[in-house]
Amino acid sequence: MSTAPLRLVTSDDYGVKIANKSSVPSVGSEAQLKSVLASLAGVDAVGLEGRCAKLATRSIKKSTKLAAIDLAISMIDLTTLEGADTPGRVRSLCAKALRPDPRDLTVPSVAAVCVYPDLVTEARSALGNSTVAVASVATAFPSGRASLKVKLLDVTEAVEAGADEIDMVIDRGAFLSGRVGEVFEEIVAVKEACRDAHLKVILETGELVTYDNVRRASWLAMLAGADFIKTSTGKVSVNATTPVALVMLEGVRDFAEATGRLVGVKVAGGIRSTKDAMRYLVLVNETVGSSWLSPDRFRLGASSLLNDLLMQRLKQHRGAYVRADEFSGD
Amino acid sequence: MDEQELTNSRLGSLEYDPAPESAGIAHLRPSYGLFIDGKFTDPSSHEQFVSLNPATEEVLATVAQSSREDVDRAVASARHAYDTVWSKTSGAERSKYLFRIARLIQERARELAVVETLDNGKPIRESRDVDVPLSAAHFFYYAGWADKLGYAGFGPHPQPIGVAGQIIPWNFPLLMAAWKLAPALAAGNTCVLKPAETTSLSALLLAEILQQADLPPGVVNIITGDGSSGAALVDHPGVDKIAFTGSTDVGRQIQQRVAPSQKRLTLELGGKGANIVFEDAPIDEMIEGIIDGIFFNQGHVCCAGSRLLVQESIADDVLRRLVRRMEQLRVGDPMDKNTDVGAINSSAQLARIRELSSFGESEGATRYTSNCALPDKGYWFAPTVFANVSQSHRIAREEIFGPVLSVLTFRTPEEAVVKANNTNYGLACGVWSEKGSRTLWVAQRLRAGVIWANTYNKFDPASPFGGVRESGFGREGGRHGLEAYLDV
Repeated sequence: MSTAPLRLVTSDDYGVKIANKSSVPSVGSEAQLKSVLASLAGVDAVGLEGRCAKLATRSIKKSTKLAAIDLAISMIDLTTLEGADTPGRVRSLCAKALRPDPRDLTVPSVAAVCVYPDLVTEARSALGNSTVAVASVATAFPSGRASLKVKLLDVTEAVEAGADEIDMVIDRGAFLSGRVGEVFEEIVAVKEACRDAHLKVILETGELVTYDNVRRASWLAMLAGADFIKTSTGKVSVNATTPVALVMLEGVRDFAEATGRLVGVKVAGGIRSTKDAMRYLVLVNETVGSSWLSPDRFRLGASSLLNDLLMQRLKQHRGAYVRADEFSGD
Repeated sequence: MDEQELTNSRLGSLEYDPAPESAGIAHLRPSYGLFIDGKFTDPSSHEQFVSLNPATEEVLATVAQSSREDVDRAVASARHAYDTVWSKTSGAERSKYLFRIARLIQERARELAVVETLDNGKPIRESRDVDVPLSAAHFFYYAGWADKLGYAGFGPHPQPIGVAGQIIPWNFPLLMAAWKLAPALAAGNTCVLKPAETTSLSALLLAEILQQADLPPGVVNIITGDGSSGAALVDHPGVDKIAFTGSTDVGRQIQQRVAPSQKRLTLELGGKGANIVFEDAPIDEMIEGIIDGIFFNQGHVCCAGSRLLVQESIADDVLRRLVRRMEQLRVGDPMDKNTDVGAINSSAQLARIRELSSFGESEGATRYTSNCALPDKGYWFAPTVFANVSQSHRIAREEIFGPVLSVLTFRTPEEAVVKANNTNYGLACGVWSEKGSRTLWVAQRLRAGVIWANTYNKFDPASPFGGVRESGFGREGGRHGLEAYLDV
């Protein structure tokens, strides 16, 4: 009897394989789109949540923790989306974004500042040509309840005011009532209105409710041309959760393997502590790997998270916690 | 997997620094005696043997080798406690002791987890999150039954059997002790428990907990030793019931030895569990379930899903994802909180796994072995998947009891059922499908004591566990678990 070949598996053999030939499923009609979405594997909620609970026990210590904290800082979309936002508020946020800890210039800048469209000009002038991008929510954020015409105007104004990135919301009502073609067309139209700006598509997973819906909406957005898929607006009661993030990461992984296009993921809403951020980074590390461990492919939409990361960073260096007032409140 | 692929996103590129749990929490004594009549006593022969840490081959402590004489003492103590105390203790009082034991297990959970991991080699994550909490849960669950036995469906006044001799394996040392002791005590029996030779320490720590709980002397006796101590217990005329968990070979010997006596017997033996995957399965959770099914506890699980039956239409995709996921498993120091797969429990078991795996290659299956770095000292086996396995291969028929998965394919649900049932064993199976009617159709036709749907290796004290055919008989857990310790 001949001896079978022994295959020692290596990481190079078995990472996430990015296809070099694009083979995007054809979605020329709503019927085709529906059949593509229906062909996606289901999600077992118990198994998914169990996997997340297990990954949440990963113990991130010492040099890994320091590296992960700096990576998390560089991935933040520092966000202010309040009715009470003012130019002054945006300027101070931009200062914080550029130099999160002014006494320690080894702290990286955040990825972007995220504001409403009417404050893009202010953010643009405060950030100038720095590495920090200006992101703007648009398309009648957060509900998305406006006509396409109004939504596109919203996007165009933000882009013309200097936004590098647009965070749009999908029409959840259309998605839930099965009008997926309409959602698709809207994303395509917004993508076009974005011109060179990067498009993040907010699924508002708290309103889609089921993980199967999250998987289908993720593919829908990716097929329509999203550069990023994003969990939440932060304006509904359920925001980013680790199981939802895992479903979306599995989505971008499988999409990259099928089509060769790498789509980013942004988690947003309710991420306040370093521990939260570490949990998301562990998911990224163990689901999609190195190509996504960068601000180009993974973002954390947050505001108060930044100070907690700075505090933990200082604790790692000094061995003791400092007062919260050591850091600016912006 | 062809020339289409251009780049590769490396998984786990953010490397985790070591995060070891502290071994000092264990507070191990240099040597342990036998726990008889509520006290630790020297064995009559004064003979001790060593208990090793399988991850380092270091000696953890020495443990007493019990002789026939010691078994006599233990059984006499159990009989005395049964006659004078325990059979006269009300269900409500027995319940209080069980609740107390459960709470003490929780209080000393960290210590128990560390001892278990040091002695067994399993990852601290598993002993901390599975073994110890489930052990406490078993005592809590059966504490609730102790004063309600009349409502368990075995008549209005079910009576205990008497003295139970219980022999447990090395794969879940503390948990198996809990599975045996909790229902026996709830039903009103007294016990002589014999842990496996390589993993006595957590049972001896449990003995300390029984002392702390003020359990009357002799109600539980714990005797350590090799197979000869177990044989002496099985043969002892003063024992009314034998409960054994372990290999099918030893189970067969026990059944033969017990046959001429009046002793009751329950056996929980080996398995070759089929994990059946249909093309409409929830793929990501199913991959996790396959991984958990075979690599949980290094595959030292009697109900492990060691045969993967995949619908042929998705076999390539499943194999690719499975091997990718296997390569990600973090193998190494069991005390590191991030370790997924720990050490093989003993050199003897390692030799067996190596031998059976070599048959896989010589019989023509395709072997994929994780390229993980293995420590120099200790007993290690890299996670392994065999593809292109046939029903006639030894690795598809014999229990390997290690981190080795055999992958077979099927075309129709009928064929899946036939292949799954084509084994001498019948402990556990898994079915993965999003179509409920098919899951039920398959489950009804599988000859196994436990069927999991869209999950694997999930345990709960309320759920009965046990096998059919060469996987044994009798149930542990749930209302059914009481039957093994009642005169019904």
